[in-house]
Order: sequence, then structure tokens, then C-alpha cells
Amino acid sequence: MRHILSLLLENESGALSRVSGLFSARGYNIESLTVAPTDDPSLSRMTIVTSGSEEIIEQITKQLNKLIDVVRLIDLTPHRHIEREMLLVKVKVTEAAAREEVKRLADIFRGNIVDVSQETYVIELTGHGSKLDAFLEALQPFPIREVVRSGVMGIARGEIALHL
Amino acid sequence: MSETPASSTAITGAEIFVRCLLEEGVDTLFGYPGGAVLHLYDALYRQDKIAHILVRHEQAAVHAAEGYAKSSDKCGVALVTSGPGATNAVTGIADAYMDSVPLVVFSGQVPTSMIGNDAFQEVDTVGITRPCVKHNFLVKDVKDLALTIRKAFYVATTGRPGPVVVDIPKDVTADTCVFEYPKQIKMRSYNPTTRGHSGQIRKALEMILSAKKPMFYTGGGVILGRASDALTEFTRRLGYPITNTLMGLGAYPASDPQFVGMLGMHGTYEANMGMHYADVLIAIGVRFDDRVTGNIEKFCPYAKIVHVDVDPASISKNVKVDVPIVGQVEPVLRDMIRELDSMQQKPDAEALAQWWQQIDEWRAKDCLKYDSASPLIKPQYVVQKLWELTEGDAFVTSDVGQHQMWAAQFYGFDKPNRWINSGGLGTMGVGLPFAMGTQFAHPEATVACVTGEASIQMCIQELSTCLQYQLPLKILNLNNRYLGMVRQWQEFFYQGRYAMSYMEALPDFVKLAESYGHVGMQITEPGDVEGAIREALALKGRLVFMDFITDQSENVYPMIPAGAGQNEMILL
Repeated sequence: MRHILSLLLENESGALSRVSGLFSARGYNIESLTVAPTDDPSLSRMTIVTSGSEEIIEQITKQLNKLIDVVRLIDLTPHRHIEREMLLVKVKVTEAAAREEVKRLADIFRGNIVDVSQETYVIELTGHGSKLDAFLEALQPFPIREVVRSGVMGIARGEIALHL
Repeated sequence: MSETPASSTAITGAEIFVRCLLEEGVDTLFGYPGGAVLHLYDALYRQDKIAHILVRHEQAAVHAAEGYAKSSDKCGVALVTSGPGATNAVTGIADAYMDSVPLVVFSGQVPTSMIGNDAFQEVDTVGITRPCVKHNFLVKDVKDLALTIRKAFYVATTGRPGPVVVDIPKDVTADTCVFEYPKQIKMRSYNPTTRGHSGQIRKALEMILSAKKPMFYTGGGVILGRASDALTEFTRRLGYPITNTLMGLGAYPASDPQFVGMLGMHGTYEANMGMHYADVLIAIGVRFDDRVTGNIEKFCPYAKIVHVDVDPASISKNVKVDVPIVGQVEPVLRDMIRELDSMQQKPDAEALAQWWQQIDEWRAKDCLKYDSASPLIKPQYVVQKLWELTEGDAFVTSDVGQHQMWAAQFYGFDKPNRWINSGGLGTMGVGLPFAMGTQFAHPEATVACVTGEASIQMCIQELSTCLQYQLPLKILNLNNRYLGMVRQWQEFFYQGRYAMSYMEALPDFVKLAESYGHVGMQITEPGDVEGAIREALALKGRLVFMDFITDQSENVYPMIPAGAGQNEMILL
């Protein structure tokens, strides 16, 4: 089953490779991994999307907790939570009709065109992974030049919060 | 440091290094100098409180530090240079990681300005060691050095112990700052559990007391947690049978009638059958290693399991347990004893008597028997004689392979920290450096190294270190001219195709020992075994290398073949 793990870890060099090294050394899956510093510059927040049986997920959380650089960890999956991912996509749009149609699709998906050139659009879109998938599917008739996805970020709804 | 600088005076990183070791109570470290650690060696040279033991290869420095730690209650310390010094140390670090040995390894590094430039003797030590350390540090500023060393010792020795690497660039050892050693240490991301949950302890005891076929299964965690006395008291109080893992030998006295021997791949018949048919398993300081469980699908099919361990990640990793207790083994056992005293319920005496009857029937198989009338020297006999002549009171190290199993099976350890071997990583070559470290921790004790002609050659250069420091080790080389365990598997599972398991072109070990300034003996007759060991033990101040020419065809029994269950042993 798919799980979203949120971690606070020491914002130190090497912390990321301890986490990613753990996943490769023990053969765990990583679907996506995002990391950036938080409002407290000594801490980074990481979101890992992984999958496995309940036993494997239990081991993953235990092994992550065992890493000295991991300060806090929460598995968002059993909680009500929000997950978001950002997509940047560059589409080739030479004909006026194509430009119209792509603009229309972006609007439908509540995306923003953030760069325009003679022949291309860059569209920014945020949402659940499945929404991004659907948008890319809808863009299929047009030549997609480049796709960048941020990986999933997550946060729990309500009172549950991952903090020190 | 004859002139102790005032607290407001800036001192060099190298001097800070020495001061930190003194603060940590380090009196012995094992190492090998090189370019990146010259400042550190200079600081060590200018003091006389810490003994630096010069090994002949960095791998041995780490193994010796492990032997020092495993045989005592101290943290092992090693010091190596950058690049090849660090890579040579990796095997020892990995060995310490697998067996949870408290160890701090200092490595030199190229100056900070040159890191990443492929400088001479540069290697990414923190990167290379990351998967096999409890934690590691690269110190980039001399101001961080003291705190980092403090953290390193704290992390290495608390919770589930393990090796910590501190990588120190050369310029950091030359830079100066005011030395201040942090008295308290608190790390927001590291808070090892101590006490077990009282509700869980009570639940566990109820399960333990309801048992009709109980079995204690205890391991290295009991020794690391200094919980032998508590374990012995608790086990005797209950009258239950107990088996120890390879790493746990000595935690419970082997001479006690409740002890049913080691379990696992080469464990006794009674221990493995007892595990298989047990209805309640009391697992303490163990990790359900594959050499213990055999085929996990067939492991303990009838048992409810209580598991006490300081490492939550060890619980339900390989085998799902019913009552987990996370905590240090010693306080948990003490809590259990106290709780036991307050409970009305007592063990089921009738069921227990029947269980013991069954165990005694298994015992009667005498699964460790061997052909004692053989005209060839049986390796088991050598270990048995060593045990007799040292009255079971020696420190025994081993290498890895058949001789290791025979040492574990035939030397009855009554005390903890007496049996020093490589269980998790299975590192050939550890025996001699382990023995060196053990002898440094116990200068007056008898330290024996049970080894084989293949393993001993993997760190044979340390005979030179032994001469330099006059270490009176007794080396028992069970020489069967084979990689015995490899040969045994090839005999059993590869129809006798002995690929590369024959040891050709062996040195004359007697001459070899003599060339290093030691005493060498070769023993070829069973009748000479006892006399040789006696003579070796009588040579108090000398290292004696006993080369026993043993039966080449001898195998280790019992054996659980890979994929089999604990009740599916091959017996002689």
C-alpha cells in the first residue's frame, strides 16, 4: 500500500543521503522524495512517498526513526491529510488553434501559463498527483517538450502537526 | 599535556582531541599514523596518559579496539589516517556495526579547502562508512570538535551501541580555539529508551507464567546491556530452559543445568528442538538472525513470543512478536523480577517437569559427540582441552568458520564478555586483533585465540604488534588445510566439488611464529594436545602459536541446512 511519510530532520549535509541510503540499502521503494528547509533553518521537512506491506512500512518508519538526523516522523496515511504536487510542463504550440486549445485546457485544470515564447508555453499546475496525470493526458495531442514534477508534499488536516 | 592551558587559552584541534579523549576516560587507543593525522600524533606524542598501540594494518586497529570493548565495559577507540587508512578500517567498522560494538573511530581527512578535489589520500570517508556506522561526523571547524567528540562517544555507547566515525580534516587539527568540554549532552533527535513499559512487562509475565513449554532465547544484547546477573536470577527463579545465541554465550553460565547450549545453524539438538516445540518464547537482546531462525516460515510454529530489546527496529523485523518491550535489558529484567515477586501466579510445575523430561530426552542424543578414538587430532578435542586446562576462565577469541563453531560449542562460557567473535559480519581475520585488544583490556588474563590456517593469515602481520607489546597470547590454530566451512558446504550441497577451498602453499607456522620472535609448536598426535596446551599456558610472558594438524574431514554438527526448520537438523 502507498504511504506518505513526513519527516523533520536536521538541516545538515549528509542527512538526505542517510535517508536515501537507507532506502536503497534495505531495498525499500521510493516513489517520490521532496525536501527543503522549514521556517526553523536548522530543520528540513521531507516528504517521502513509498509503498509496501504493513510490516515493511513499520520497518521503514522504525529504521528512519533510528537515524540520528531524523528528529520527528509521521505517517500521514492513516490521518486526514492534504497532498499536493506541482507540475511544470513545456508544450510546443505553433498554430493559433493549438495555442487557444492549450490555454483552454490550462484554464479548465486551473493551471497558469507562466512563460510564453514564439513556439512554446510553460504551464504551472498544482494539485493531487492524479490531477497532474489527467492534465498531461489531456495535453497528449500536443508535442510535450519537457515535464518537471516536484514530487508529493503532504500535511495533516486539523490539529495534528509535525513540529518539535 | 604537561602544561595544561588555562581555560581561556586557545589550543590546537590536535590538543583538543587529546583533551577530549582524557575527558572520556580513554587510556588506550589503537591506530596507525599517516599524513592527515600528523598533528594528532604529535599531540599524542606530547602526553603520557593515553597509550597508543601501533598495529600493522588499520583493519586490525579497529578489530583490536572491538576486542578491547567487547571484553570490557569500555568504548573502543581507533585512529587512522585519511584515504587508505580509512578504507582499511571499513571492514572493522562494519564488523562493529553488525555486532553493536561501542566504538569511536577517528579518521584523518585532507584539509577542508581540498575536500572534493581528489587530493592525495582523499576519500569520502563519511560517505563510504555511512551504511555501516551508527552515526558519523565530518568536523569542518575546530570550534565544533569538542562537541562532536562528546556526541560521538555518547551515541556510540548508549542505546543499542555501535561504531561512530569522526572524520577530521588536517587543518582542523592545526586550527586553534578555546577548549571547553560540554558537561551535559542532549540531542533532540536521539533519545534512547531505557525503561520498559510497565503494562507490557506485566502482560509479558502473565504470558511467561502461563507457559507449559517455555524457552529463554537470549543474545548479545544481554552482554552489551550488562544484564547477565539479572538474566541468571530471573531464569533460575522460573526454572525454565535457556539457550544463548552465538553472541550471547556466557550471559548465562554454560555449566548450569538449565542451559541447553547454543541454538541456531550449529546449535545443539536440545536447544533447537526446544525452540521448535516451545509454547512461549522469551527473547531477550536478540534480533532473530537468519542463522538462528533457519527458515522463517518454519520458525517456532507453536510459540507466543515476548521480545525485549533496546532497539525498536529489531522488534518484529524478521518475526512478528506478541509482546514487544522496548527498553534496556537490565532494568527491564529487574522490573520483571520485582513484578514476579508480587504476583500470585507461579510457573506450572507439572507442565515444566514434563517439558524438562522431553528436553532431557533430546539431550540424551549427545548431539556434540565426535569420534574421540580417532588417530587424528579432532578439533573439538583441542577446544575441550583448552577449556579444561584454563578451567573455563580464559578469554577466548575466534576467527570465522568451523573452528569458531567448535569453540562456541565446546568452550563452556560461564561469564559474559569472555567470548569474543564476529557473529554478524562473519569477518575472517578478526581473531588475532580481537585477542590483542582483549589482552590490553585484561593484561593479566589468559587470552586464547582459536583460529584456522585460513583465517589467521588474514591478519597475520599483527604477530609483529604482539612482539612489540609483549602480548602473551595463546594461539590455537586448528589447521585442517581447508577453508573448513566452505569445504563442508561443498561436501553437503555441491557433491564434493571443492572449489578453491583447499589451502595450498601454507607457511611453516612454527617458523613463522619464531621469525616474529614468538614460540611456535606443531602438534600432530592427539596424545600431544594436552601437553602442548599445558606448556603454552605455562609460558607466561610469551605468545605461543600452536599449530594443530587436525582431521581434514571433520564437519560441524548438528547443522540446520539453509531453508530448513529448526527441527530439521543434520546430526552426525
